[in-house]
Amino acid sequence: MPSFGADMQDGTLSQWLVSTGDRVARNDVIAIIETQKGAIDLEVFTSGIVSKLLVAAGERVAVGTPIALIDDGVITDSVATEEPPRPAVPVAQPIPESATQACLTRPSIVPPAPGQGRVRATPLARRLAAEQAVDLSAIKGSGPAGEILARDMLPAATAPAGTPPMDIPAMRHAISAAMSRSKREIPHYYLEQTINLQRAANWLAEYNQDKAPEDRLVLNALLHLAVARALQKSPELNGFYQQGQFVAAEEIHLGTAIAIRGGGLITPAIINADQLDLDEMMKQLLDLSYRVRNGGLRSSEMSLGSVTLSSMGDRGAEKVFGVIYPPQVAIIGLGTPELRPWVNDGKIEPGLLVSATLAADHRVSDGRQGARFLNHLNKILQKPERL
Amino acid sequence: MTSLMPKISYREAVREAMREAMEHDERVFLMGEDVGYYGGCYAVSMGLIDQFGEARIIDTPLSESGFVGAGIGAALGGMRPIVEVMTVNFSLLALDQIVNNAATIRHMSGGQFSIPLVIRMATGAGRQLAAQHSHSLECWYAHVPGLKVLAPATVSDARYMLAMALQDPDPVVIFEHVMLYNEEAELLAADQVAAMDKAVIRRSGTDLTLIAYGGTLHKAISAAEQLAEKGVSAEVIDLRSLRPLDSKTLLESVSRTHRAVIVDEGWKTGSLAAEISAQLMEQAFWELDAPVQRVCSQEVPIPYPKHLEQASLPQVEDIIAAVRRLPGVL
Repeated sequence: MPSFGADMQDGTLSQWLVSTGDRVARNDVIAIIETQKGAIDLEVFTSGIVSKLLVAAGERVAVGTPIALIDDGVITDSVATEEPPRPAVPVAQPIPESATQACLTRPSIVPPAPGQGRVRATPLARRLAAEQAVDLSAIKGSGPAGEILARDMLPAATAPAGTPPMDIPAMRHAISAAMSRSKREIPHYYLEQTINLQRAANWLAEYNQDKAPEDRLVLNALLHLAVARALQKSPELNGFYQQGQFVAAEEIHLGTAIAIRGGGLITPAIINADQLDLDEMMKQLLDLSYRVRNGGLRSSEMSLGSVTLSSMGDRGAEKVFGVIYPPQVAIIGLGTPELRPWVNDGKIEPGLLVSATLAADHRVSDGRQGARFLNHLNKILQKPERL
Repeated sequence: MTSLMPKISYREAVREAMREAMEHDERVFLMGEDVGYYGGCYAVSMGLIDQFGEARIIDTPLSESGFVGAGIGAALGGMRPIVEVMTVNFSLLALDQIVNNAATIRHMSGGQFSIPLVIRMATGAGRQLAAQHSHSLECWYAHVPGLKVLAPATVSDARYMLAMALQDPDPVVIFEHVMLYNEEAELLAADQVAAMDKAVIRRSGTDLTLIAYGGTLHKAISAAEQLAEKGVSAEVIDLRSLRPLDSKTLLESVSRTHRAVIVDEGWKTGSLAAEISAQLMEQAFWELDAPVQRVCSQEVPIPYPKHLEQASLPQVEDIIAAVRRLPGVL
């Protein structure tokens, strides 16, 4: 059972889309997993032939539980497989490291290597961390010398297995766990810059003028693309803080916060957001908001987000002070753009102003780098035609 | 209902167990040093000679090797002997008979012969009997395949485990801690007592597991009571059988509490506590939320002066100190 986010502890296999004997290719959707964030399409991480389904439809299992075996054609000597003994591997044939007993995903956390910066955690705490896909290095231990004990893990982890209390909707529980962890572990710093969107708004009006209604762009698509492009020059905001260190993400998968009617929110990622053009970004946003409401979010979209954008849209508040979604290291907030006075060349003129905020992880970056990002975002938005 | 049951002492319980065995099975007899007219050095067999006579309550010469060997021979010949050795320290003179003969003959005869022998002996310190009468060497016997090793810690176990041991086709060594003989309790019904190879949870708890046996069980229970006043819920497990160890009960408990403290009157080095600790590490590693703690005797010959003797033994406060070393409990 893969983790679709650091806050996911288990998932219910609601439907298999493949059966034993089927050939699957990497990234095929092979099952639908019901999570606290709704039904997610599970993409397979490897190619091969489905040799066994280990979890039946309707079963709820912890993250990390093998749910199927896939024969990828590579002989493995794993003792965990239930398959009959296979012929001996010729000595000359190396066993690739990737030889896998083919659970559908690896646990996303491996215990840190011994040596420098070793995390001191009890075996039980380590097991819980692996099950919850939690980064131990980001947790403050309560043992006498700061050792991490089971009680330092998410509250849900030490509670008896079972569903959270019925009066707390599951999604609220998941948000609570992730955000509590964020506020507990991540030293946030906050920056704000007001950006004049008037030029962008004018350009957009012009762009949309002779477009059919379905081809028109909204300002939010332009803002998303601008943020993604601006992140290209700020690798220290795009990535993950894990096992005591920052690992920059190689690609920009922009998580976008989408509120759900009736409460809760979800942050599916726009994959390779900076590589899109404006029309593609618009399509992606429409598609995502449709699928958030109607199902069909893919597992990669739920788990790959490397940074998050929380954009208020037309009917929100003036400013956003974001809470970072761990193990990410930054969240960008865009308030609701409003027409306000702006001083330009000594004269006051109306401008469509938006508050752009950055909440970033001070373990990874500093205010100067954060400010550079906001300045860069401003520059991009002043030349919308280049997007 | 149970309040109607009269209290009896551990000493009486062992005596009644032997009396019952001899009444029900004429193959059963008792032999050992001063078990007859003197009534046993801890007065356990007092009066039995009057009922059963010299043929079945046999005073032996002071030769542990000789009379334990005689017991083995009698068992081979179809009898069901109970051999009493005065203390575990003296049993070292009979180690050759117990380890080389009693424990091996079933194996070496390809299963043709067995030794249905029960050896009872006193163990442990606390009566100021000094270093040659006070040691806890149970784990030496628990090391040996071919033997079963029991340590009844309650009056009811003392009353009923002997019969279970006599039922066993192989040699069983029963350790009776010297501080238990005067303990009194209401006797349970025979069917309320667990099989001899099962550990028993004497007190349920959720925060940690105290593992004890024989003379340390009551100390562990006292510690658990004091811990409860501090808001710590300790489970207490009575091993009862030292070989085989009921690992399943231990592992299940520690998998619930995630912490273990082993209380063993043996010396720490190479102790039974060491074996239990190793098993927990091997089989419940991912359940442990704290290092396993051991509370054992100081590594000295047990001293004679009372204050030094007490200082050398595991005490309730030592158990509580070990619990304090568990991070996140106290």
